[in-house]
Amino acid sequence: MSVLVLVEPEDLDDLGAGLSVVSQEVLTFARSLPGDEVDAVLVGAVGQPTEAVLAHCREQGVRTLHVSPDARLERYAARAWARVVDAAAEAGGAAYLIGGGTPHGNEVLAHVAAARSVPMPCNVVAVVQSEPLEVERQVVGGAVLERVALGDGAGLAVASVAGHAVAPQAAPSPGPAHVAEVDVELTDADLAAQVVRIEAREGGDTSALTGANVVVGAGRGVGGPDQFDDVEALAARLGGAVGVSRVVTSLGWRPHHEQVGQTGSRIAPDLYLACGISGAIQHWAGCSSSKTIIAINTDGEAPMVTKARYAVIGDMHEVIPAVLEELS
Amino acid sequence: MADVLVCVKRAPDTSGEVVLTADGGSIDGRYAGYSMSSHEECAVEIAVSVAGDTGGSVTVLTLGDDDSVEQLRAALAVGADEAVRIDATADDYGPADVAAAIAEVVQARAGEGRPFDLVLVGNDAADTGDHQVGIRLAHLLDRPVVAGAQEVAVSGDRLEVRSSVSGPTEVFDVPMPAVLTVWEGGVEPRYPNISGRMKAKKARIEVLEPSGAPRGSGRLGLRVLPPPESNVEVLGEGKTAAPRLVDVLRELGVVR
Ligand SMILES: Cc1cc2nc3c(=O)[nH]c(=O)nc-3n(C[C@H](O)[C@H](O)[C@H](O)COP(=O)(O)OP(=O)(O)OC[C@H]3O[C@@H](n4cnc5c(N)ncnc54)[C@H](O)[C@@H]3O)c2cc1C
Ligand SMILES: Nc1ncnc2c1ncn2[C@@H]1O[C@H](COP(=O)(O)O)[C@@H](O)[C@H]1O
Repeated sequence: MSVLVLVEPEDLDDLGAGLSVVSQEVLTFARSLPGDEVDAVLVGAVGQPTEAVLAHCREQGVRTLHVSPDARLERYAARAWARVVDAAAEAGGAAYLIGGGTPHGNEVLAHVAAARSVPMPCNVVAVVQSEPLEVERQVVGGAVLERVALGDGAGLAVASVAGHAVAPQAAPSPGPAHVAEVDVELTDADLAAQVVRIEAREGGDTSALTGANVVVGAGRGVGGPDQFDDVEALAARLGGAVGVSRVVTSLGWRPHHEQVGQTGSRIAPDLYLACGISGAIQHWAGCSSSKTIIAINTDGEAPMVTKARYAVIGDMHEVIPAVLEELS
Repeated sequence: MADVLVCVKRAPDTSGEVVLTADGGSIDGRYAGYSMSSHEECAVEIAVSVAGDTGGSVTVLTLGDDDSVEQLRAALAVGADEAVRIDATADDYGPADVAAAIAEVVQARAGEGRPFDLVLVGNDAADTGDHQVGIRLAHLLDRPVVAGAQEVAVSGDRLEVRSSVSGPTEVFDVPMPAVLTVWEGGVEPRYPNISGRMKAKKARIEVLEPSGAPRGSGRLGLRVLPPPESNVEVLGEGKTAAPRLVDVLRELGVVR
């Protein structure tokens, strides 16, 4: 009995960067499931996997890395990718199929689950019991955990794992990471919804935010669309990115790709400096995995302050300029 | 002309504290109120603008109890033409059940010679967050589906769909009929005006009986995470705290 993990590269255009952090987390999580072996499947990266990808697989104890040689799969097409994942599950005799609760991860896994008519609990965070296997998953943006059964022993058990639910850890002993090619006959229907092109986004995209080591967060407390100068200056000074709350994006002060939270991006930087953000559940859902959180808020009772490691109570537009001056 | 079906779910609004019902089986929204998710508000906006651009129509659907009429009226108030409620308790339905129930309505309408060219759902519901109803629906209807759609443009019988939720903007070109799961951020939902509200209040809502019993969501229990005990260290007040804050930044190794 094996566990198959759908893995994603850190950067689809630069496979030298290896697997995404979330994928390494899911490989670690896979070892808490009752399987003897962990296999992986990587789609969309045509050609031989890079040394960096293989190194991550070996470190995580992966037995077999399934890849697909079909050049038509290079551009994202969830249903076609799911066909490959499904075939890899078949080939490796997988009892469990898991992947990251990322936009692509959830989508591809849902296609496999739909095609096989099996359930797919989403955003699982922990195994709570192994016989019968029960897991907990995040609902309402992570404020509530729902307990569900995973698999009934009959079909393939499919689930996605919430980003940053576990920290990546090397397997007790490295795996061989044999590369195996999966070949599937794709139909036109599999490829009907495929990316036809990628557009660079004016003013950047979510990758700047999700990849940053430091994020300076800004919420309604900023005060207005023209009040971001000090926030931007601090982010630049710390070599980080700006992240915002939904109030800020829905007021049109900043673009949506900067939004942190349940309906924005999930981040896990070393430092999240949350300024003028109250820390609502849906915002917390996106930033709770930050290593250290510092809040700057006029309200000492704001959830962001009480949940943070450090806080400064005061007007962010007084504190940030003073910090910048101290740093200059 | 594109006839659009948009599916919305009445979900407890949980911006504040989350309270469970006495039996711990579901989330109690009685004090906080209920709404559709922000993804679905954007789906309604896309539905109304696609129908407007092409001279088509918008039907809004929910599977829920009598109270969920509130969410249907919210969509009618901003331009949906017709509303359908599948009379059931949403908590008894898993995502596969919901998809099957929606598929049945879509197929029945096609059978009447009034097919939907486009079906829109949210990427994930605000409460259960299953991330799958749209994809299961597409499989049942054998239609292409794009998840995380943020911007949609119709040209003839094709859709150009943009999604920036995975980083760079992915552009899809899909034939209709299709299913899209919408992610907020690409469009600005319009506010209802007075005449919209009046129209919504008076609109007739078609009520359908579900055809079979649901298999259920498989929920075994819910647990609200206790708030972590605060271990915050207040570094000071106002700008006088700046030196302390900078010390902490240096300790954390984030000052270059
Ligand atoms: C389904 C759903 C999904 C959602 N998804 C998201 C999401 O992805 N991301 C998200 O962020 N939200 C999301 N929300 C919204 C969320 O519930 C909150 O409404 C939102 O996060 C609040 O934003 P805020 O903290 O900027 O504003 P507020 O809650 O208004 O907080 C402003 C804070 O700024 C402080 N403040 C005011 N002035 C100053 C000043 N001069 N200096 C310092 N501090 C000051 C105040 O004390 C307060 O704490 C979602 C909601 C729902 C229902
Ligand atoms: N009870 C329901 N009634 C109508 N639409 C629903 C219902 N449940 C889910 N949906 C739709 O399916 C989307 C995704 O839900 P889910 O897959 O459960 O996260 C939601 O955003 C809604 O658009």
